[in-house]
Order: sequence, then C-alpha cells, then structure tokens
Amino acid sequence: MDAKAEILSRYNAKVFKNRKDHILRVDRDTDGAQEIAANTRAVPGIMTNRGCCYAGCKGVVVGPIRDAVTITHGPIGCGFYTWGTRRNKARAGEDGKNFIQYCFSTDMQEPDIVFGGDKKLRRAIREAVEIFQPKTVFICSTCPVGLIGDDIHAVAAEAEKEFGITCTAFSCEGYKGVSQSAGHHIANNGLMKRIIGSNDTPPAAKFAVNLLGEYNIGGDGWEVERILKRVGYEIVSIFTGDGNIEGISRSHLSDLNLVQCHRSINYVAEMMKSAYGMDWLKVNFVGLDAICASLRGMAEYFGDDALKQRTEEVIAEELAAVAEDTAFLKSRLEGKTAALFVGGSRSHHYQTLLKEFGVRTVLAGYEFAHRDDYEGRSVLPDIKEDADSKNIEHLNVEKDPARYRVFLSPERYGELKQHIDLEEYRGMIRDMPDGSYVVDDLNHFETEAFTALLKPDIFFSGIKDKYVLQKGGTLSRQLHSYDYSGPYAGFRGAVLFGRDLVMGLYAPAWRLVVPPWKKQAGGTQAKGDLSHA
Amino acid sequence: MLELTPGTVSERAALRINPCKTCQPVGALYAALGVHRCMPHSHGSQGCVSYHRTFLTRHFKEPAIAASSSFTEGASVFGGGANLRAAVKNIFDIYDPDIIAVHTTCLSETIGDDLNAYILDISIPDDKIVVHANTPSYVGSHVTGYANMLSGFIRYLADPRAAKNGRTAVFPGFVNPGDIRELKRILSLAGLPAIMFPDQSGVMDAPMTNTYVMYPQGGTPIEDIRALGGCAQVLALGNFACAEPADVLDKKCKVPCTVLPLPVGVAATDAFVTAAAECAGRAVPEELEDERGRLLDLMLDANPYFYNKSVAVYGDPDTVAGLVAFILELGMRPRYVVTGTPGEEFTRRVTALLQEYDTGNCTVKAAADLFELHQWIKNEPVDLLLGTSYGKQIAKAEDIPLVRAGFPVLDRYGHSYLPIVGYQGGIRLAKMIADALMDRQDRDCADEDLDVVM
Repeated sequence: MDAKAEILSRYNAKVFKNRKDHILRVDRDTDGAQEIAANTRAVPGIMTNRGCCYAGCKGVVVGPIRDAVTITHGPIGCGFYTWGTRRNKARAGEDGKNFIQYCFSTDMQEPDIVFGGDKKLRRAIREAVEIFQPKTVFICSTCPVGLIGDDIHAVAAEAEKEFGITCTAFSCEGYKGVSQSAGHHIANNGLMKRIIGSNDTPPAAKFAVNLLGEYNIGGDGWEVERILKRVGYEIVSIFTGDGNIEGISRSHLSDLNLVQCHRSINYVAEMMKSAYGMDWLKVNFVGLDAICASLRGMAEYFGDDALKQRTEEVIAEELAAVAEDTAFLKSRLEGKTAALFVGGSRSHHYQTLLKEFGVRTVLAGYEFAHRDDYEGRSVLPDIKEDADSKNIEHLNVEKDPARYRVFLSPERYGELKQHIDLEEYRGMIRDMPDGSYVVDDLNHFETEAFTALLKPDIFFSGIKDKYVLQKGGTLSRQLHSYDYSGPYAGFRGAVLFGRDLVMGLYAPAWRLVVPPWKKQAGGTQAKGDLSHA
Repeated sequence: MLELTPGTVSERAALRINPCKTCQPVGALYAALGVHRCMPHSHGSQGCVSYHRTFLTRHFKEPAIAASSSFTEGASVFGGGANLRAAVKNIFDIYDPDIIAVHTTCLSETIGDDLNAYILDISIPDDKIVVHANTPSYVGSHVTGYANMLSGFIRYLADPRAAKNGRTAVFPGFVNPGDIRELKRILSLAGLPAIMFPDQSGVMDAPMTNTYVMYPQGGTPIEDIRALGGCAQVLALGNFACAEPADVLDKKCKVPCTVLPLPVGVAATDAFVTAAAECAGRAVPEELEDERGRLLDLMLDANPYFYNKSVAVYGDPDTVAGLVAFILELGMRPRYVVTGTPGEEFTRRVTALLQEYDTGNCTVKAAADLFELHQWIKNEPVDLLLGTSYGKQIAKAEDIPLVRAGFPVLDRYGHSYLPIVGYQGGIRLAKMIADALMDRQDRDCADEDLDVVM
C-alpha cells in the first residue's frame, strides 16, 4: 500500500471523502497534469495548521508596511498574536516612522460588543494620530466586528476628512474564506483601491521594478535588494516586507512587477496589469539556479545589452563568492531527504535550493494555496468558485487611461513568453520528483503519519509542528520564520540556509537521546541516530 | 527601538498599545493541557487556535495540541452546532483523547452559540467526555480564561458524591511546569496527599525520547478531577487564576477553600508551606526549613546588590503580585507595577504589600499596557525590568537589564523547566536578579573599579 492509501485508510468515511483529493503521489507517467483539491474548507476537528482571514490580511500583507499605524479592531488577542511574531524586519526611513515594534488594538470589551465598537474605533484613531502623527492608518477587523456590524469603512472615511490622513479599513474577519488566503485577497484589494496609484513621482533609474510577495522574513528582502541594486535596478516598492506607503503609492510607475510569493500577491500583479498595463514576472530568489534564472529573465525582459552583461558579471561574482561554502555544505547534506509544508510559494521555492545541496524532496504541501499554486496557472479557467470564495470580493479593475502604458510590443511579449515566466507560474508539482507526495492543508495526523512512512531527514514546517517532529527524532526547521535565522534568500542566504541544516542535522545531542543502558538492553536504534550519524 | 514612544503621557481611553495581556481562549487551552489525555478544542474560526497553539509552543518549546470548529461565514450565520458535532466525532476518531475540553471564542460568544445545548445534543462515545467553558475574548484576559476552564471541568466532572478521600486539592495557578513540579515536591515533603489540578508538568515539558506521544504521561487524571468533590479542602494559589474555580468547587461539592497568594518569595511560600503542613497535620519538615534557610542566606549575602534598586514589574496579576512581594523582601523598590488584566483586586493586593514594607512612590495599575509603562520609565527610569519577553523592547530602548519571569517568555529556553515558586524558586529568582544587576555593574564600571571579589 502506498503512503496515501495507508493514511487515508485510518480516516472515517467523511474525512476520507474530504481528504482523498488533497493528497497525491507525483506520477511522471500520467498523461496530462495531476489534479489536486485545494482552497476548500478544513474539516472541523482535524487539527489543521491553517490560520484565518485576519492572519492573511493583517498578519501577512498589511502588517509589514512599516510606516502605517495598523489598528486591529477587536478584542485583544488577534492584535497581540501578530505583534513581533513573524520576523518581518523593517528599518525606519528618513521620516523615522517604523511602527513594526508596536501593537495597536481597540481591545474591545463587552459593552463595545453589545452597543457597537465604532465609537471606540473612532477614538482610537484620534489617539493614534495625536500620539504618532502617522500619514496612514489601517484598520483590520476581527470576527465580532463583522458580526455586530461596525461600519469600519465609514469610520475610516470620517477619519480621513477629520485628520487629513489616509485611512483604509480592511474587513478581514477571521471567519471569511477558508484560510489566510482570503485575507491576502482582501489586503490586495485594499491596497489597489486606496494606495497604489496615488502618487505620480516617477522612478529615477532606467530599470525600475517592484518586488511583490516578499515579506522580508529574516531579512530576505534586503538580501534580494542588495543583489538587484548591484545589477542596477531601482526597487520602487516591496510588497510588503519593510514596505512603505510612499513606495507602494507610486509602484504603478515601475516598469515591471516581480512576483515572489505567488499566492499572497498575484491579485495585485493582475490588477496592476489591467489598470496600468504593467507586466509581471514570476521570480524566485531562493536557490542559486533560481536566482540566476530570475536575474536573467529580468534582463531579458528589459532587453538591454549592458544590463544583460552586468547581470552576468554580478552572477559570476556572487556565485564565486559562495562556491566554496556551498560545495562544503553539499558534501554534508547530499543524500538527505526533506519534507516541506509551508504557506504559499516557499514549499516550492526551497526545493530548488535543497536540490542544489543534494537533498531530495519526499513530500511537499501548501497550507493555504489554490490549485494554480500546485498545478500552474493554466488551470485557472477550470477552477470552480465555491460559496466560500464567492464571499471574497473580486475587484473589477478598469484601465487607467492616463497612466496605462505598454512596455513590450505584442511581438516581443509573445516571444518572451516562450522562454521566461512572464505572467506565468507553472506550479509546484511539475518540479517535484517522481514518487514524491503532494499534500494540501497537511494536518497534525498526516504530518505524523507521513513522517513515520517516508522518514525524511528534515521536515520544514512551522512552529506548531516543529516540536512534534523533533520529539519524534526528526530535525525540523521553521520555514515561516526561519527559527531565529535568515536571510535564506539570495546568494548569501543559500549559504546560511545550508549552514543551518548542517548545524541541525549534526547536532551532537541527537546521538545522546537514547541512554546507553537502553542501547545495551537491545533497544531499537533511534531514528535520530540512523539519519544523523 | 521604540523611538516613536513619546515621554509625554497622554490620556488614552480607546487605543491599546503594546498590550500586557491576551485573550481568554489561550488560557483555557493551557488549562486543558493540564488534564491527562485531554484534547483542547476552540469553538470558533480556525485562526484563533492557530494563534494559541503557536503562542504556547513558542513559550514552552513543546507541541501544544488543540482542535478547532473551523467556522466559516456560514457557521457564523447559522451557528456552529454542526461544526462542533463534526469536530467531536473527528477528534475522537482520529486523535482518540479521553476528554475534549471545548472553550468558546469571541466569534461563537457574539453569535450566542449555546454550548450546553450543543454538547447535550452530540452523541459521545460511552467512555468519552466532552466539557466546555465560556471564554469570551472581550472579557478579562488569558488568566480569566484559565480560571473559567478550570471552573468548566469542575462543573462537569467534580463529583459531590465522591467518597471522602482525605486528599487536598491544589490549584497551582497560571504557572510553568517547573513550578508545578516544585509545588508537588513541597507537598510530598510536607507529607500531604494532594490532587494537583491542572498539572501541565510532564505534558508541556515532556522529555526527548525520539518518540512523539500526543498524550504524554502528565496531566491531572479525569478520575482525580471527579475526586476533587471528595477532597478535604482546596488550596487555591493565586486570586485571579484560582479563586473562582475554588469557589465553584466549594459551592458544588462543599469543599472548603483557602485562597493563598502564588507562593513566590519567602512569606508567600511560608504561607503555602504552613497551610500544607497544617492540612497534613504534621510539622514543617526540616528539609523545607533548610531550603528556606538557604534562600535567606542568599538574600542576606547579596543584599547590597538588591538594596533600594528600583524595579518595574509587569505581567499577569498573580505572578506580578508574587514577584512584588519577593523583591520587597529582597530590599528592592517596586517603582511601577502593572498588569494588563483588569481587576482592582490587583491594585489592592499590591498596595497592601507596599504598605507592609512602607514603600511609597510606586505606580500600580491594572488594565495597563506596556506603552504607558515605557512612557513612565522614560520620565523616571528604573534599575531593573522584571516580567515577560515583551519588556525586552523597553529594556533595549532604555538600556535597562531585564529578568524574564512569568508568561509569556518567547525568546529564551529552559524557563518552563525551572520554578519561581517555593524557596527553590526564590533562590533561582534571587540569583537571576543579582546576576543581571551585577553583570550590568561589571559592564558599566571603570576598569579600576572591576572587582573580582565580593
């Protein structure tokens, strides 16, 4: 019996029926694409790793914008849990405004739930403006706000008038959608409606790009920025790690959108295409080959010979600088196996890097992806909307005639689309080895069961799983927050990532877990001992 | 760090900045993890429990299991009864706990889900149990949620007809497994047969064995919760975390209750040890008296380093009151004492302690936040910060040493194994405080002032 069948056999009929389509074994002999179910409701009681709409909106997309005061409108918990817990780093710009270290909440109490919380929200905005003088205030609502019907958008509109600030509300109550994914979409819509396109200061450099879906976890965005600047690009804005309102407001004047995390930000990329004609390119700055391909793709897009030459120079220099380290790390990691379960694109991106170190992927899955993240965007027309996704607003963006511009001629566009990922994401499955498993919304039981069956040496996941796995003798690294390390993106990040894996796999303590008297008594060899000897 | 915090304190009535509390459900979840073979369950949208599990895992560096009713928009409109029914079936089928402890969320509370009715309506296997507690996030704090979950277990399970067992129930308060181990050790030395409820030791500090066990050895057995009804008395440690559940037990099963402060520091530990010895009908054992003597020895030896040092203490109300009592005993001077949890009982308790030591000039506030604490410190600094990880920003901004104690400590390892309660906990705390202050002195002093001897 293969692992899928064995795991499904442990479920009751209803759970079996739900889960069977979320698990597949990669089969390279199958004709056509393999289909997986995704972005559907989690089964109650199943111990999913998923979070909620608020987590996707405030926690992922809106929260990292450093110079906006983001007020969580709700009881204290939700705001508190998103305070300094994601490792999205930021440094203040010239204006000194960096609110990342702060947590703002209306801390709703029982009377606010009974009589409405809008008065408290109004007052909270006033207090924030008086204390901090921000140019922008965001409001993110939590579950009870939607239920009691506080009109946060009206409060935001009033605040704009009264204080002369930008104030935008996001109705991202936790119960909306089926995961964080709904929140990403709501955040994308809000930024598109209110921020993007509100400032027409053009970029200074010849080649200007936005970096979308890069949240600067552990400083990833800064390492990518370093490389792009070396090549000669101006990064007008980063969505949204260490992002700022000014950059986002004039991001429509960039020449090209680079999409790193496809899931959380593809809506902005598409809407900017419709409104401003701006193309987007799927990039991946994790893994040396992927970085090189992304940089070359960008140079191709701009079609400038000097830029191409500079790209090759930077690539050569950067690769040379890490060659010795990566060769050593590969010698320590070759032959190991890995499982990856992260949110959006990382489960895919990190496979590139792992492969370079000789580590084979045996299992990978996404927490809140849609089918296109697994199967590629070609599947988009076939995805049926269900009741949960219909509830999330789909913005119909009109062409902005004054600002619309086309960078590539239709011929050039068609030509480029043949060999770079121009407005294309081909999904994770196609890059996975034959016989490996893809699991959508992997849950606690499946994590344990797949680990027992596939015995990966390393399991990349989040903090909720980490100690479940390590208690069982499998090294686990957090690929959401990089434990306390990073950056892992870029050339230098690759080395740090490899170093962290070697550090974890070869920790002397693994070999000490089983006490000598148990070994002498003929006790079974620990898994940790076998794989980490 | 925190450069945007102005020194000028302005009145705030609506905006909470840098809170010193979180919401009820996470406390309820932690309480439920202290019951053997229990699956905590969050009746709300799945984001709640994802945050709570994350948060507890980060504090304990241990798996924190819990399931969710995974509300969607539909459930929020039509009620979460069907979700709970499906969840209970799936949890028993897949994870096989003996008991599911359901707590509510602001979502299910706001729509008015009736958990009593839902649970009555669910078919539960004969040998399995489902209990619940109402834990609206917009009332109190995580400490309230902890208390409410204990009350929930008692309401469902404590048996008024249980045979008198001569044991003493001990409610340990919102503390670490290391504290609970220490309390159990003290009780064992005092010769007092006790039921520790809840008991996260062995669960949230399970040993590394290369085998993951979903339900480790620890946790209060369900039989012991039933037997609470037959206990001779209950010692409830900490007013905020334990007084209410002790009262529920008293009302339901006529078990007389003594509410004691969390045994942090000398006097509070004395009170606990004395009560335990009295319950056991024995003298306080020599071993405990020796430990007490060692703590006093340390306090007097290191006194010059404690004397008159000003301290900001923040965190959960029972813990903070305990820490304040102890630093007063050390000769330190509490300057700011805050908790995010609302409740004037906190200010009364702390003020009484301050009066006992004739210490003036201390700002005490419940329902406060760390932003205002920082503002106060900007106006008048302190020598030491004593509290949770979230004080580290203030510590860095103002260059003040920080000693971590209480909940949560997200940025260090090992704290959950070691106690702050009891005389041993006092020795540990005194050492941490002295080390922090003396390291600072060594760091800052001129070369000619760096002494190798004391």
